[in-house]
Formats: sequence, structure tokens, C-alpha cells
Amino acid sequence: MTAPVTRNARRATEDPLWIRVLVLGVVLVFLAAVLILPLGAVFAEALRKGAGAALAAVSTPDALAAVKLTLLTAAIAVPFNALFGLCASWAVAKHDFPGKALLITLIDLPFSVSPVVAGLIYVLVFGAQGWFGETLLDHDVKIIFAVPGIVLATVFVTFPFVARELIPLMQEQGSDEEQAAVSMGAGGLTTFWRVTTPNIRWGLLYGVLLCNARAMGEFGAVSVVSGHIRGLTNTMPLHVEILYNEYDFVGAFAVAALLCLLAIVTLVLKSILEIVQPQVHAANHVRPGAPH
Amino acid sequence: MGVTLTILSVIVLIPLSAVAIKSAGLGFDGFLAAAFSERALRAYQLSFGASLVAAVVNGLFGALTAWALVRYEFPGKAVINAVVDLPFALPTAVAGIALASLYAPTGWVGAKLAMVGIKAAYNPVGVVIALTFIGLPFVVRTLEPVLRDLAADVEEAAASLGAGRLSIIGRVILPALAPAWLTGFAMAFARGVGEYGSVIFIAGNMPFKSEIAPLLIIIQLEQYQYGAAATIAVVMLGVSFLMLLVINAIQAWARRFV
Repeated sequence: MTAPVTRNARRATEDPLWIRVLVLGVVLVFLAAVLILPLGAVFAEALRKGAGAALAAVSTPDALAAVKLTLLTAAIAVPFNALFGLCASWAVAKHDFPGKALLITLIDLPFSVSPVVAGLIYVLVFGAQGWFGETLLDHDVKIIFAVPGIVLATVFVTFPFVARELIPLMQEQGSDEEQAAVSMGAGGLTTFWRVTTPNIRWGLLYGVLLCNARAMGEFGAVSVVSGHIRGLTNTMPLHVEILYNEYDFVGAFAVAALLCLLAIVTLVLKSILEIVQPQVHAANHVRPGAPH
Repeated sequence: MGVTLTILSVIVLIPLSAVAIKSAGLGFDGFLAAAFSERALRAYQLSFGASLVAAVVNGLFGALTAWALVRYEFPGKAVINAVVDLPFALPTAVAGIALASLYAPTGWVGAKLAMVGIKAAYNPVGVVIALTFIGLPFVVRTLEPVLRDLAADVEEAAASLGAGRLSIIGRVILPALAPAWLTGFAMAFARGVGEYGSVIFIAGNMPFKSEIAPLLIIIQLEQYQYGAAATIAVVMLGVSFLMLLVINAIQAWARRFV
């Protein structure tokens, strides 16, 4: 009597071969059309006139200035958001206070705001017609159509990455270890650096990685505040747009290929992190706009 | 705690309030005129319609992808698994020009589609393609953990009680997946509504035809119509807020069944 049941059970959780082949075929064709072919197209278009032309396109002064600005923006925005993420997750996970759920929702808010709206709000606050427009003009400080605006917009769109990676992780770990450290006479800072930080370093790395990818690749928000001044306020994605709209396809795709390499490195590191530290991945609960 | 609140206010909350205040400056009639002009209505229609279609496409193919990733073993699985996250890691402008060059009538895929009479770029179809790219990982990554947790013994139990494969899928697997599916669908939809970078290169951007709402904000801004730009932003913020509530409600509802 047991044999048929076992066979039946096997069949119940395992699809027949033809279904497996069919499902896998459909999935692969779909992923190829939507994800893999576009990635290949970038490199193919970039190398259309040979590697020399592609290299020449990424080493023009304007392209190099764009690379520099992108690196500078990420170098400010990522550490800033990492520090904020540490503060916020510390405040949320290790303390109890009314309105905690609201605070978490507010931290997540930038994920559900269109990037274009994210740029717009800074134009309304700091632009020439904005709230502080005249004051800034009087003191000769430029934020919109200048580097500070680009950094601000980037900070906004990448705001939740580290915090939302760390909050669930810290909540899961609770505050027992910290209380033990404090009861043995450790100060607040010592406790933080010696007890809390080692526990969350993988999650922190994961958040920083995703934050960095978005910071270097942000387009919509930065496009609104940048003013597109070549060599001055053009980030790499904006440079791609300008070249593309000028029908300089080799140039556009060559710079785009650099950004693709960044994306591929990000995905490889992310896969490695998920293998090294599976619980970081498991601690994630996907929310709007939140990379998993 | 104080630091957290201060930074949150300075970076997020105060600037966000600026759109509401700016659009309120237009007065009630001015707000309605800017928010619901013919051109704005067409732009919302396209943004929401295309996001909806893309979310449905992702709901279908994303579910199959998640199923294959959880249930099947095949060569190259690790690569496929990593590639699913590509839309999170690839800058949207790069995705935009890549999709445009691929699906334009002169592109690899576009040329073949053109032969059978399908125009896949510079029209709403192009918008849907871009939003499908952007939304895919949301569906796959929300469904995956639920599928993995779905214990095989429930299916075995159903089978040993005599249920066929189809009725197991219909009665056991689909109901368990439904909340995660809806969540992933809603997230892909919400992301699509606000998306800009990947869409504008493939959309064609014809007013009244293939112009998305975020682009209309930029156009108003370039014409120094700050009030009108802020008003469209308020409408979009309202909708994203609504989507956030819906997603939270779905998740709260799902927790009651776990």
C-alpha cells in the first residue's frame, strides 16, 4: 500500500519533465528579452566601431569630469546615508517610543516618491524662485544647478537603503548583549563599537553596496537639479543622456557600458554577500522600492 | 534619536512639504486646472495604465521565474538568480537607452517585431516594456521566500488524499501565494508610476500620446510653471501614499493567515 502513495507524493511536489522544460523555456526567453539582451546591447553598441572608439569616448574631458562628479557624489551621499542608517536603526531597534511605526514609514518614504518629484522638491526649496532662493543668491551660494543640489537629490533617493537593511537586523538581535555590556561597565560608545557594530557589519555592507549602486546611477532626481552643464554638473547617467540625444551612440553606450560594469560588480558582490551571510538576505522584508 | 529626526526633517519632510505649499499657492481653481488639464489627464492615464499592464505581465512571468528558481535545478541557476536583480543595480538611463536600441524598428528585436506588424518603441508599448524591466524583481523577490516556506508536505498531504496536480496548484499553492503576489504586483505598479529614466528614451514622448506624468513635471518646470509642476507632483504623491497604504493593508491581511 505504501508504494503507490510514495510515488503519488513524489509526483505531487515534482512537476513532470515536459512542464519543467516548458516553464524554464518561457522564463529564459522572457528574462533574455527583458534583462539579458539589453545588457548585451549596451556592450555591442559601445564596441560597434571598435574598442578604440569606445575608449576614446570615455576619456574625453567631459566624460572624465562626469566620472569624477559621479564618484564625488557617491563619496558624500553613501557615507552620509550609512551614518544616518546607523543612527536611525539604533534609535528604532534599541529603544521604545511612541510613533515608532510612523518613523519607519517616514524613513521609507523616499522609496515611494518618484525621482522626478525628489528633484522638484529641492528646486522649490533652494531654486531661484524657492524659499531660500533670494537668501542664497545674496550670499552667492549655488545649490540648484550645482554640485550641492546633485548631492542633496542623491542623498534623498538613497536615503532608506542602509536604514532599512539594518532596522530588521538590529530588531532581531534585540538589546540583550548591549545591556550585558553596559552592566559590566562599558560606556555607550564602547558598547556601540564593540558589541553592536560587529553584529551588523554584513548588513551594513549590503546596504552600502545597494546605496552606492543607486547613488552612482540615479538619473531622474539628479536630472531635475543639475542644469546639465557639461564638465561641471553632469554625472555619468546625465552624460549618457546628452550623448544619446546628440546621436553620438558609440559615446553614449561606451559610458553606459562603464555603468553596466558597475552594476555587474554590484550583483557579483551581492551574490557573494548572500552566500557568506545568508541571514542578511533572510532578514529582508521587501517594501516598496526596496531592493531585496 | 534627535539626530535621526533632524536629518529626516531636513532631507525629507521639509522639502516634501514644499510641493504641497507651492501647489496650494495656486488656489483651489488653479490647482484643479493644473492637476486635471487634458494633457495631465492623458499623462496620468498613460503612467497608470502602462504600469498596470507591466505589473500584470510581471505578475505572470515573475511568478514563473520565482517558481523555476525555487523548485527547479538547472545549470546557470546562480547567474539567472543574480540577473533578476539587474534592474535594481543598473542605472535607469542605461536601461532606457539599451531597451530603446533593442526595441526600436532598427534594433535586433524591434526589427523582427516590425516584420509581424508590432511597433514596440516610441509608443505606449515601449513604455510598458521599460516598466516591465523596472518592476520584475519586485514580483520575483516577494514571491520567492513564500514559495520556499511553502512546505512540500502540505502538497504531499493533498496528493495522498487524492488531489490531482492541477487541483493542488489551484487549491493549495495559489491561495498561499496570493498575498505575496498582490504585494509584489502593487510594488511593481507603484514603482512604475513614478519611473522616469528608463521610460523617456523608449517612449517617444509625444504630448497626449506617449508622455508620462513625471516627464510632464519636468516640462512644466522647464517652462518655469513651478506651481503646475508641484500640483502634478502632489497628485502623484497622493497616489503613491495610497499605494503604500494598500501594500501595508495587504501585508497586514496576509499576516492574519500565517
